[in-house]
Amino acid sequence: MAGSIIAKSALAISLALTSGLALAAGQYGPGASDTEIKIGNTMPYSGPASAYGIIGKTEAAYFAMINEQGGINGRKINFISRDDGYSPPKTVEQVRQLVEQDQVLFLFSTLGTPTNVAIHTYLNDNKVPQLFVATGADQWNNPKKFPWTMGLIPSYGTEARIYAHYILKNLPSAKIAVLYQNDDFGKDYLNGLRAGLGDKAQKMIVATQSYETTDPTVDSQVVTLQGSGADVLMTAAIPKFAAQAIRKVYDIGWKPTHFLSSVSNSVGTVMKNAGYEKGVGIISAAFAKDPTDPQWANTPEYKEWLAFMKKHNPSANTADVQGVIGYSYAQTLVAVLKACGNNLTRENIMKQAASLHDLKLPMLLPGIAISTSATDFAPIKQMQPEKFDGTTWKLFGEVLSGS
Amino acid sequence: MHQFLQQIFSGLAAGAIYASVALALVMIYRATDLVNFAQGEMAMFSTYIAWTLVNAGLPFWAAFLITLAVSFVGGMAIERVLIRPVENAPVLAAVIVTIALLLIFNSTAGWLYSYTVQDFPSPFPDRPVFGALITTRDLGVIAVTLVMLAMLFIFFRFTATGLAMRAAAQNPESARLCGIPVGRMLAIGWGLAAAIGATAGIMVAPVLFLDPNMMGGVLIYAFAGALLGGITSPVGAVVGGLIVGVTENLVGTYLIASQLKLTVAFALIILVLVFKPNGLFGTAIIRRV
Amino acid sequence: MEKRHVIAPATGSPGGAGGAVFGSNSAQWISILALVVFAVALPFALSKYHVFELTMVMIYAIAVLGLNILTGYNGQISLGHGGFFAAGAYTAAILMHRYGVPYWATLPAAALICFVLGVLFGLPALRFEGPYLALVTLAMALATPQLLKYFDTWTGGQQGINLPKPVPPHWLEIDRDRWLYFVALMALLIAIRIAANILHGRTGRALIATRDQPIAAVAMGIPTARYKTIAFGTSTLFTGVAGALAAIVIGYVSPEGYSLFLSVSFLVGSAIGGIATIGGAIVGGLFIEFVPNLANDISDAAPWAIYGLAMLLFMYTMPRGAVGTVWPWIGKALMRMGPHKIE
Repeated sequence: MAGSIIAKSALAISLALTSGLALAAGQYGPGASDTEIKIGNTMPYSGPASAYGIIGKTEAAYFAMINEQGGINGRKINFISRDDGYSPPKTVEQVRQLVEQDQVLFLFSTLGTPTNVAIHTYLNDNKVPQLFVATGADQWNNPKKFPWTMGLIPSYGTEARIYAHYILKNLPSAKIAVLYQNDDFGKDYLNGLRAGLGDKAQKMIVATQSYETTDPTVDSQVVTLQGSGADVLMTAAIPKFAAQAIRKVYDIGWKPTHFLSSVSNSVGTVMKNAGYEKGVGIISAAFAKDPTDPQWANTPEYKEWLAFMKKHNPSANTADVQGVIGYSYAQTLVAVLKACGNNLTRENIMKQAASLHDLKLPMLLPGIAISTSATDFAPIKQMQPEKFDGTTWKLFGEVLSGS
Repeated sequence: MHQFLQQIFSGLAAGAIYASVALALVMIYRATDLVNFAQGEMAMFSTYIAWTLVNAGLPFWAAFLITLAVSFVGGMAIERVLIRPVENAPVLAAVIVTIALLLIFNSTAGWLYSYTVQDFPSPFPDRPVFGALITTRDLGVIAVTLVMLAMLFIFFRFTATGLAMRAAAQNPESARLCGIPVGRMLAIGWGLAAAIGATAGIMVAPVLFLDPNMMGGVLIYAFAGALLGGITSPVGAVVGGLIVGVTENLVGTYLIASQLKLTVAFALIILVLVFKPNGLFGTAIIRRV
Repeated sequence: MEKRHVIAPATGSPGGAGGAVFGSNSAQWISILALVVFAVALPFALSKYHVFELTMVMIYAIAVLGLNILTGYNGQISLGHGGFFAAGAYTAAILMHRYGVPYWATLPAAALICFVLGVLFGLPALRFEGPYLALVTLAMALATPQLLKYFDTWTGGQQGINLPKPVPPHWLEIDRDRWLYFVALMALLIAIRIAANILHGRTGRALIATRDQPIAAVAMGIPTARYKTIAFGTSTLFTGVAGALAAIVIGYVSPEGYSLFLSVSFLVGSAIGGIATIGGAIVGGLFIEFVPNLANDISDAAPWAIYGLAMLLFMYTMPRGAVGTVWPWIGKALMRMGPHKIE
């Protein structure tokens, strides 16, 4: 049956491995050879989070481009990306298939918090790297307990703490209202804000309202928050609801200092939809360049990214910031694989991933650098605050880290 | 007090959205005795057609009319080609076919147009009025819903096709004997429902923003509204939709934490249905042995 | 005005043609024995991953079987069985995680809780039919993730609960995946036995009468309300046990795992397998487990479109479900496990 065929090919691979060892002096874990590096991934190509599927497609497109250019140290990347529909039981299934049947060397950029939690123990028990998970939860930086798991982007909590510090410094008597999505993403912001405000949180946060992704609008929540008398609003929402919230706040004549989560600060898909004039003065933070922000339009980095998207990922919407995120994820991984040289074992992958030093990527903001160590599994820790002026985000202040 | 009024008005604005989709559900239920779970996704797909036309440079109302025509023909084609084969099969088979259509439309839209949220032009100006209680655009949606309701009422009550359709749905055998082309009536019912859905989609896209999942939540509320009003009654669909919109807002504001407002709103609707099993305006289904 | 039936009405006498599953006929015994031997030997011929997949197939089959009791034999459509699947899963998770209850002991607990929930839910639900019942059960499916997130001291909220891994008995030298396969197989066999007993006995005949001729059934003195409630409870009991098993096998529960799509999947599996059949539940389990992956292999651009097309294909070629349509052609020896009534 299928199982035995795969078992045989696994045997063939291991034979090839042994002979390869003698010839090229390469050291290989499962899924790696003289000619190939096999990488596994899960993405929500279907289901409620399908808007994030573009990350996986961009990564696949980037690896296809790398392969066209000759691969990494002569090895082609075989990127196997499977759909989990954002359902944790499905993720477990897909990841087991990737590890046990497809025999991938490691998992890369698996998307979602609950989905990654579901495979966390399995991958660590089996010593398979769960590298650069695509989620902004706080829990991935825990090398002592989970030495095989590493995040990449700044956590939602980090970002919320940046806002909290800003509020404590500049608006010490603020009354804060929070609009958040009722899931891990929204709750991480809320908890991060509370942590950042410390013992003042109880007094300063005067109202919270949540929404479900099945809600048609968040108008009612915004009205309720206004009724609380708050003068600061923090919105932790995905693009569609963020745009609705910005519009409603303006329409009902509420003028709070508005903090907007970085997942939804795209000029092209949020600020434009809400109406540019309605978003003037909103404060957010960023670590990557927004492809729709006119300030980057003439830079060589943006043009190179655009050319890549047009050529290798033509079906993707270039107004979507997730295309930049996927691009940066893939570039980080390529840097790690290059550093691995001919030692493509799971141990060395984690070792090299934990030895990144001041790595700069073209589509990250100037001043944002990627650094890791054996005790620091949070590659990007910094963000830069920015303020919307009606057409573009103006970076201000210095690069901050929220810890 | 001002906040209470604001909640009522934003509930009415949301309710009008549910009502417009609920009308399409009622249309199909009256024509074919079936709940079309793909109604929301068909409306979303129609809206993307309009979006493509507007982006190609057509004036808004021209794009609107072309989309209505395309949706009407498309709805008829779906009935003739996709629903017809399960016409005499058990209802569950037809339900599964509409669920399959839901998935196909959603996935195809994501593939063709991507999941990125798009702006959609509104035919109505966007200005807060009545002390910022509501915007002119929301009023536009409510007005269009009421116009659709009036047209449906006239259609069923006074036009020959409308009467024939009622007859075809209620008693296909006798209707056929009277010379009513029952098959064509079913197709026209689907065509009209698709056109109503397209109108709903085009009206709400500027409010909700256009993406392939735009109608997912709306369909659920519209379904609840249609049943609360009585699944056979267009007036009931509109009243039900508005009640659902307002109830949800008031529950979330005054009754319970916003995390549970959907749950509580549905519990209240079900409670009403326990006492009015055919909805507020529905007619009882007569059963015979 | 004659209402369309939710499923095909029974032709001929319901109980008469079939007799009991696992009945006394010797040819039948032999074929069943052969099937069981095959099912026991199978995991040793497959890789651990494929064994795991088959375990999930059996778990989904139990859930679909539960739905079949309701939809197929009672004529009620439920869009909310994902909620009962979640109730079973969280029963197992909370008992194992908080109270250190061994995994096998959580199954009866999940069965009991989900039966009670089903009866409580069934009482008001009984007042509804057709699209109204669909709405009530839809509300159940939508409320489930919200409630799981809200009562987070018990459910772990967003973070979910990681379950301790079940350990196979040490006298059996067998790995965890194969052991869980046998646990699921046992559960499936017991579920089939119980379902067959209910459906081919007095209760089954009463259910079918209630479904096809509700008014006549009342006139004949069948307490339809009681039978419908029992059907609801039994149905949710099965689905709840399946949920508990799934939680044990997957090792993790979180609200995202129990979305509306899960409930819809069960209904799809039920319709595609064969609504009023026991064998159809297994086909349904296979569909739920494998077709989404196949769809993704064909097109990762629009996987749900492929999944939807597969549903259409099944419904057009086999509107009464795979087993309901194909069964009459299959040899008589296996016939007793299938649809005893659609011929």
